[in-house]
Amino acid sequence: MSDTVKHSLLFAFVGLLILMEGATSFAGIFSGSWNSALVILNMGLISAIMALGVNLQWGFAGLFNVGIMGFTALGGLAVVLVSTSPTPGAFAAGGMGILMALVMGALTVVGAVAIYKFMKPGIARTLVLLAVLIAGFFIYRAIFDPSVEAVEAINPALEGNLGGLGLPVLLAWPAGGLLAAGAAWLIGKTALGLRSDYLAIATLGIAEIIISVLKNEDWLSRGVKNVVGLPRPVPYEVDLQNDPSFVERAATFGLDPVEGSTIFVKLGYSILFTVVLLALLWMAQMALKSPWGRMMRAIRDNEVAAEAMGKDVTRRHLQIFVLGSAICGLAGAMMTTLDSQLTPGTYNPLRFTFLIWVMVIVGGSGNNFGAVLGGMLIWFFWIKVEPMGIELIELLTTFMADDNWLKAHLIENASHMRLLTMGLILLLVLRFSPRGLIPEK
Amino acid sequence: MSGNPYQEDRGNKDATITNTHGAGTMQPAHRKSGPTKKVEGDSPFLIGDCMTGGYGKGPDILHDCTIAVNPGEIAVIVGPNGAGKSTAMKAVFGMLNVRSGSVRLDGEDITQLTPQDRVVKGMGFVPQTSNIFTSMTVEENLEMGAFIRTDDFSNTMEQVYHLFPILKEKRNQPAGELSGGQRQQVAVGRALMTQPKVLMLDEPTAGVSPIVMDELFDRIIEVARTGLPILMVEQNAKQALEIADKGYVLVQGRNAYTGTGQELLADPEVRKSFLGG
Amino acid sequence: MELLNALVAFTNFVGVPAIAYGSQLAIGALGVTLVYSVLRFSNFAHGDTMAFGTMVTILVTWLFQGAGISFGPLPTALLALPFGIAVTMGLVLFTDRTVYRFYREQKAKPVVFVMVSLGVMFMMNGLVRFIIGPGDQRFADGERFIISARDFKKMTGLDEGLAIKTSQGITVVTAIIVVALLFWFLNKTRTGKSMRAYSDNEDLALLSGINPERVVMYTWLIVATLATIAGVLYGLDKSFKPFTYFQLLLPIFASAIVGGLGSPIGAIAGGFIIAFSEVTITYAWKKVATYVLPETMAPDGLVQLLSTDYKFAVSFAILIIVLLFKPTGIFKGKSV
Ligand SMILES: Nc1ncnc2c1ncn2[C@@H]1O[C@H](COP(=O)(O)OP(=O)(O)O)[C@@H](O)[C@H]1O
Ligand SMILES: [Mg+2]
Repeated sequence: MSDTVKHSLLFAFVGLLILMEGATSFAGIFSGSWNSALVILNMGLISAIMALGVNLQWGFAGLFNVGIMGFTALGGLAVVLVSTSPTPGAFAAGGMGILMALVMGALTVVGAVAIYKFMKPGIARTLVLLAVLIAGFFIYRAIFDPSVEAVEAINPALEGNLGGLGLPVLLAWPAGGLLAAGAAWLIGKTALGLRSDYLAIATLGIAEIIISVLKNEDWLSRGVKNVVGLPRPVPYEVDLQNDPSFVERAATFGLDPVEGSTIFVKLGYSILFTVVLLALLWMAQMALKSPWGRMMRAIRDNEVAAEAMGKDVTRRHLQIFVLGSAICGLAGAMMTTLDSQLTPGTYNPLRFTFLIWVMVIVGGSGNNFGAVLGGMLIWFFWIKVEPMGIELIELLTTFMADDNWLKAHLIENASHMRLLTMGLILLLVLRFSPRGLIPEK
Repeated sequence: MSGNPYQEDRGNKDATITNTHGAGTMQPAHRKSGPTKKVEGDSPFLIGDCMTGGYGKGPDILHDCTIAVNPGEIAVIVGPNGAGKSTAMKAVFGMLNVRSGSVRLDGEDITQLTPQDRVVKGMGFVPQTSNIFTSMTVEENLEMGAFIRTDDFSNTMEQVYHLFPILKEKRNQPAGELSGGQRQQVAVGRALMTQPKVLMLDEPTAGVSPIVMDELFDRIIEVARTGLPILMVEQNAKQALEIADKGYVLVQGRNAYTGTGQELLADPEVRKSFLGG
Repeated sequence: MELLNALVAFTNFVGVPAIAYGSQLAIGALGVTLVYSVLRFSNFAHGDTMAFGTMVTILVTWLFQGAGISFGPLPTALLALPFGIAVTMGLVLFTDRTVYRFYREQKAKPVVFVMVSLGVMFMMNGLVRFIIGPGDQRFADGERFIISARDFKKMTGLDEGLAIKTSQGITVVTAIIVVALLFWFLNKTRTGKSMRAYSDNEDLALLSGINPERVVMYTWLIVATLATIAGVLYGLDKSFKPFTYFQLLLPIFASAIVGGLGSPIGAIAGGFIIAFSEVTITYAWKKVATYVLPETMAPDGLVQLLSTDYKFAVSFAILIIVLLFKPTGIFKGKSV
């Protein structure tokens, strides 16, 4: 069996799983609901995009990014900032002040760096540096705090934040990519070095910081109060149900208006996501085959030689790190759009960072198609391990009485099988198929 | 890309998650020892006989290379850079696989033994590089040399300190802080701590000043006088061959010339090519 | 008098909590640094190893409490701790046998070990949640305070109270004992020295007859002990929740890296640096400031530099600053 056939079969297998989810309710694992199948498909597509981004960094440059969650969340923030309508009066009340404070903060940092660079080392430099930092901080807080208070006082039940630009939500996707790219550039600039880097700890930390900013800065994204009802790029179900021509068309498929409209909306997302995924996949493949991609791999496989040939390794690493993170940001924006809400409290590194790593490794590090496959497949399991676990435990405990405490405990906690299984899958793949399902050529 | 997928790190050099400091390079580090067998007949005390092999799956570096040493002797291996001298030493010590040929010690075929088991059999080895524990004190280095000994080794340590008095002075200093010559003394001392039956030194005078070099040579001769056979690689071919009972000139992994030290020093071919006239 | 009150307030709200938290981080970071030195990778499963050890200890504590066994004024968990350590040792040795050893035989690159540890992290995390559930567990019993704020005020006649929780006292005492034992082991015993030798120069350790598998085994045993102790102390002081323990990974890594990965002293120093900066920067200084400053200058606000939710940001900022100026960490670890 040729590799192409094998790999196509793997993709067909994932497709089959999703079709079965829609069409059958086999063994209590599949739900037999097309809505649920499309939900899995949509998040699977987004996961595939994230995996594509991480694979770019890890597969082609050996960069270990454990801050995927942060870039994803930045994408989500972009949706709020771009697509929601501005809060009336917020900008006048405090928006200006907040911006000024942020500029002030940035200036302080730039000033401190300049002092560090241009003054001679010594006590004087340390003192000036400290003075600038402390003064800068207090000025920043003096401008920032009242402005924030003013913004957060505006209609706190529903708003209390600056709001966004009121632009079409699709624009938020590239904006999410840009926001993530900016953050990645800053991280890369500090953490990537010539002889060694400390990207892992830097990304791990930044991701946590981004999440705590989103949770705490209510003026920005309403914090843990969440931003709900974000605009959508697809029609609303209610509108469809009230549209006689749609109801009629749904009827020809044998669907009632409610089911028809929910499926229609989800299909709309699927199509959008598929278009983005295919475009990114195509670009990633082209990049890989371009001279740039060949150089990236040359650097990866023999950095010393590449450096000797005059390649600026750190710069290349920075490029690819920014690109990969931008893709994660884009995917994050897509995800927030799909949810139509930003809920900073739900970002969890296991789900948004390490699960993506499982996808990349299982799919095949260094292979774009592998990343896509891994993203879809692992996402399917992430959702379906729970019902499978419950089935399995019920099967294993059939001999126990129904009021047995162990049985009750096992069934109650079956949902945690999910993490256990992901770990097991990762370990099995690393051990028995270390190059992943679709290895790099 | 290397052949082994588990050794694939994609050029990752993230110092916050991976530590390459002091990582092992020995190929068969975790291999189990195979059997040894007695060999009949007359044979030198330690001999690497007709060894052919290289690193991992790479090309052969050694081609039918033979080196040997007998009790009371100093055998010296010389040759140009990259000739395979260090490789030959590692092959004798089991640190790389030889495809053909054998290693025999004291009438026993030990080709299948791991380096650790060769230490137990009485071989002591001072590698060319990374031959001390830099973060540990001089005394701890010596203690680690005696790791396999279960008896009291304080006598041996005194002997080492007697041979290298400076080490006694610096016994509580981290070995990494010592000068080049002192580090080499620590390295040799560490190898002597097992009370080996044969001592193998790979360029013990590398990177030390001529005065220190003479001093080190004196010490090595002193050790050899106790009857301990010494197999030694040397860059400074002239001085080394002068003290050598037996000399090997290695070129591209092959024995080019073999003879007593004096014979090689007198050989016009050897003089012209390797001793600078 | 005012100054004394300020000092007491400072000690009460910053000093004591930071010392306790710092000790917990230090013991955690020691475990990370040991794995980094000997096995040469950063163990992402360390937080979950801590969670596992704590969970076992909690289960045994409940068992004891059910049987009416108590440790007087001290928490029963201290009696259960040895059981927790033993079971955790079993688990990490089992993991090493079934998972990590294979990669050592393959001479796998450290980054592969890191990925493997991600798998172990998932499995341990799932296992803990599966057994004890994802919720919060409190298991501290016995006396709550060594000195309560009220007693302190009565004793000294000051306006400010100084409270020291039993858990904080136990944390510090245990930390001192554990660190002393660990340093004695690493510097004075043959096995400890062989671990350092193996970490310093693996090839030469082999040539000296040191058995790597034994070194690795002892390392895991020590790591299991340290992880369980750190986890139990943290749980006694605050509370146990699997997800919180997983998240402790960041400050623990930060401590180990700030101090210099691979350096035990560094791990301890790093733990305290991180803990003190987290607590001081997120502490509301109003009270202390009111005592110290003249009345006219008394602050209106809380005088809190950053909200408590930013404690991760603080550990991380410290980390970046240290790495920018001293890439090998304060005590010159092995990174870079
Ligand atoms: N660890 C290794 N892996 C692969 N090749 C090696 C290794 N060490 C040395 N070589 C190669 O083996 C050859 C002989 O090296 P070496 O034995 O160190 O030479 P010498 O000690 O005579 O200077 C050289 O071509 C070198 O590149
Ligand atoms: Mg050499």
